[in-house]
Amino acid sequence: MHPVLKTVLGRLGLGLATLFIVSIIIFSAIEMLPGDFGQAILGQAATEETVAAFRRELGLDEPPYIRYLQWVGGAIQGDLGTSFSGRNASGTDRSREVIDLIAPRLWNTLFLASVTAIIAVPVSLFLGITSALYRNSVYDRTINTTTLTTISFPEFFVAYILILLLASLYPIFPSLANVDASTPLNERLYRSALPAFTLTLVIVAHMMRMTRAAIINLLASPYIQMARLSGASQTEVILKHALPNAWAPIATVIAFNLAYLVVGVVVVEVVFVYPGVGQLMVDAVTSRDIPVVQGCALIFAVTYILLNLIADIIGIITNPRLLHPK
Amino acid sequence: MSKLEYRAIQELKYKSGQIDRRTFVRSLLATGVALPSALSLAGQVAASTPKSGGRFRMGLGHGSTTDTLDSATSENHFTLVNGYTFGNHLTEVSNTGELIPELAESFESDDAQKWVFSLRQGVEFHNGKTMTSEDVVASYNHHMGEDSTSAAKGLLTQVKSLKADGKNKVIFELENPNADFPFIVSDYHISIRPAGDMASGVGTGGYILQSFEPGVKSVLKKNPNYWKEGKAHFDEVELLSIIDPTARQNALTSGDIDAMDRVDLKTVNLFKRNKDIYIWDATGTAHYTFPMRLSVAPFDNYDLRMALKWSIKRQELVDKILLGYGAIGNDHPISTANRYHNSDLPQREFDADKAAFHYKKSGHSGKIPLSAADAAFAGAVDAAQLMAASAAEAGMEIEVIREPKDGYWSNVWNNDAKGWCACYWGGRPTEDWMFSAAYTDDTEWNDTAWKTTDSAVKFNKLVKEARAELNDNKRRELYYECQRLIYDDGGTICPIFNSYVSANSKAIATDENIAANWDSDGAKCVERWWFA
Repeated sequence: MHPVLKTVLGRLGLGLATLFIVSIIIFSAIEMLPGDFGQAILGQAATEETVAAFRRELGLDEPPYIRYLQWVGGAIQGDLGTSFSGRNASGTDRSREVIDLIAPRLWNTLFLASVTAIIAVPVSLFLGITSALYRNSVYDRTINTTTLTTISFPEFFVAYILILLLASLYPIFPSLANVDASTPLNERLYRSALPAFTLTLVIVAHMMRMTRAAIINLLASPYIQMARLSGASQTEVILKHALPNAWAPIATVIAFNLAYLVVGVVVVEVVFVYPGVGQLMVDAVTSRDIPVVQGCALIFAVTYILLNLIADIIGIITNPRLLHPK
Repeated sequence: MSKLEYRAIQELKYKSGQIDRRTFVRSLLATGVALPSALSLAGQVAASTPKSGGRFRMGLGHGSTTDTLDSATSENHFTLVNGYTFGNHLTEVSNTGELIPELAESFESDDAQKWVFSLRQGVEFHNGKTMTSEDVVASYNHHMGEDSTSAAKGLLTQVKSLKADGKNKVIFELENPNADFPFIVSDYHISIRPAGDMASGVGTGGYILQSFEPGVKSVLKKNPNYWKEGKAHFDEVELLSIIDPTARQNALTSGDIDAMDRVDLKTVNLFKRNKDIYIWDATGTAHYTFPMRLSVAPFDNYDLRMALKWSIKRQELVDKILLGYGAIGNDHPISTANRYHNSDLPQREFDADKAAFHYKKSGHSGKIPLSAADAAFAGAVDAAQLMAASAAEAGMEIEVIREPKDGYWSNVWNNDAKGWCACYWGGRPTEDWMFSAAYTDDTEWNDTAWKTTDSAVKFNKLVKEARAELNDNKRRELYYECQRLIYDDGGTICPIFNSYVSANSKAIATDENIAANWDSDGAKCVERWWFA
């Protein structure tokens, strides 16, 4: 078997094992949450009787290991269960499938993440490469200072500043990004502009500096000096000789930031009222809607594992030494 | 015809559009009104005449993915406003605080135990079905019975039987007389829905639900067949859940919404400077309390409770916790917005001597634990700390314990593990309702466990007596005494009544009276407001 294929398969297997362990962690963490769904949804109005009725109805009176096996069994077949909310003892059952609840939100999140990535990844690669090219120049220092400044501010602060500038003082973009399934694409882009800018400002520094560092690191290697001596221009040296060897660390940091865009933008969602999956999960935790929490956590875990796997694979297949083994 | 009568007639004509503004102003001038006053009068009349049309977008500080259209589990302000927008109830609390019939045309009782509600005829549900007594009975049964998970279950345990009498009458037999029963049926949980469909959002209200995404938004459009006259003026409505107060205020400032609830008090003074919005507040029945459990030492001691009641700087709490948007309380839960508020009771103020006197008499020594978390109300921990500071002036040591927000209502509040904690109450429109929610010996929410002292026994007897009493003066006397008993012996400290603070775009016009029974004009703003 080709060693690259072998490594990729090995990584895939490890990913699955990780996922299994994560599912156990998710389940036990949720078991440890205080309070339960009945108490949370009825709030002050919860009496022992109504809470007991809720627990019976939701099957929460069964032992944990049985509930775990039911959940994992279902998840393997693509069934994440049914949300606790909307169930009703005396009327019709209007509870929703977890997948129906998560799908539109996840789509929104992926949309915002893609828009942000489409802006942020090329920008940071460009900035990273050019600042490596003009290392220690005024240009390099300006880029570094600016991106470090934007990453140092908390997200909500960047968001509010953008709202102040671009929604309040100069009303170019709306401050509410409340998109829904029926929003047409151009309207959706327009409404998501401010959250996407905010996230771009937050993640550019990390990717840009990693690109710069990876390239500069390589510029000191003997083979680059060899290339220089053979008369290659600076641009040629960087794009043709340094970059191919720098893809692995760059891909890792891009994957890390993309994963962050999918799982960790609750604050930005709240500020712009963007109906993403982060807010859904926070809501679900507050109301102890356990199937939804578990579903979200599992999807987040899959996202992380998958993106890191892709980064690994990119690292492997772009690495000339691994591609052409002796 | 006198000048005044003439003016009134002209005003009516102007309101109904029979004459134009110019003619109206001219007729005012003719009766001797000076031009500037005539112009401003014309403006006032124009502003107070509802106009229809427009898309009303409102940002609400509540809403979660667990929200449903079933009023039985309605528990936050988003579901309240949404429910009142597409549904009606047998009775409603008007914007002046009176109880008026809604889907019931009238209601009557001879003994306060058997209540007959005559239904309005020809009211249609949004699905075209005509509302009958069968639907009303089904809607009530939804909240009653063993298996019901309705939050209104407790309210309706007093109903012994309920039956339809023909198509347009419903008869309730209660376990015990209750003169306030018509108030109970206005509760937001007990929405009238078509029989067999309690959860899909079909109602009889002024707006028809178009789409509902829990925790995100609700879109409605005007019901062309709405039976209520002079209500529901907007063409389209969009209710948005915007939990973050800053996001809500930004949206209102940038014109993305027309109205919002729950203004952030910390920034209200800056927010006020915006010329396109106006901020209004209503002091209703909502209040913050610090219930002491008589079942836990040392709060079983009358003198210790009294010492703590005298050790609170109430105005300071209003100023610092509510930033002035509220009123001081007098250690009982009945607000000045209620009918029988006891105004004869002397207002309790901070009095270090009295507090020290009672504290000494109680014989207690050492720290007094007070549990608080901001889950109880925004600023609860700060309020507890202010109380600890003022108690220290009277020589008492309160130890403030910061509790986790999560699970506060199950682990801290109304729990013998904690003797004293912070709590809030949305308040209730009637005395009896408030008392039976949290103070009588048969409610599960009796968070002070005030059940067995002589005063508590007397209180429970009086509440029952008042419930069956139809004579207004006698009820007043009884409720005055009930308030005095809680004020004196009860376990609750009720230092402040909080106002609802909201903001509207200046494009929105409202009646001059705004209801205070719930936030957002009694949660019925959507059918009561219009675009000026």
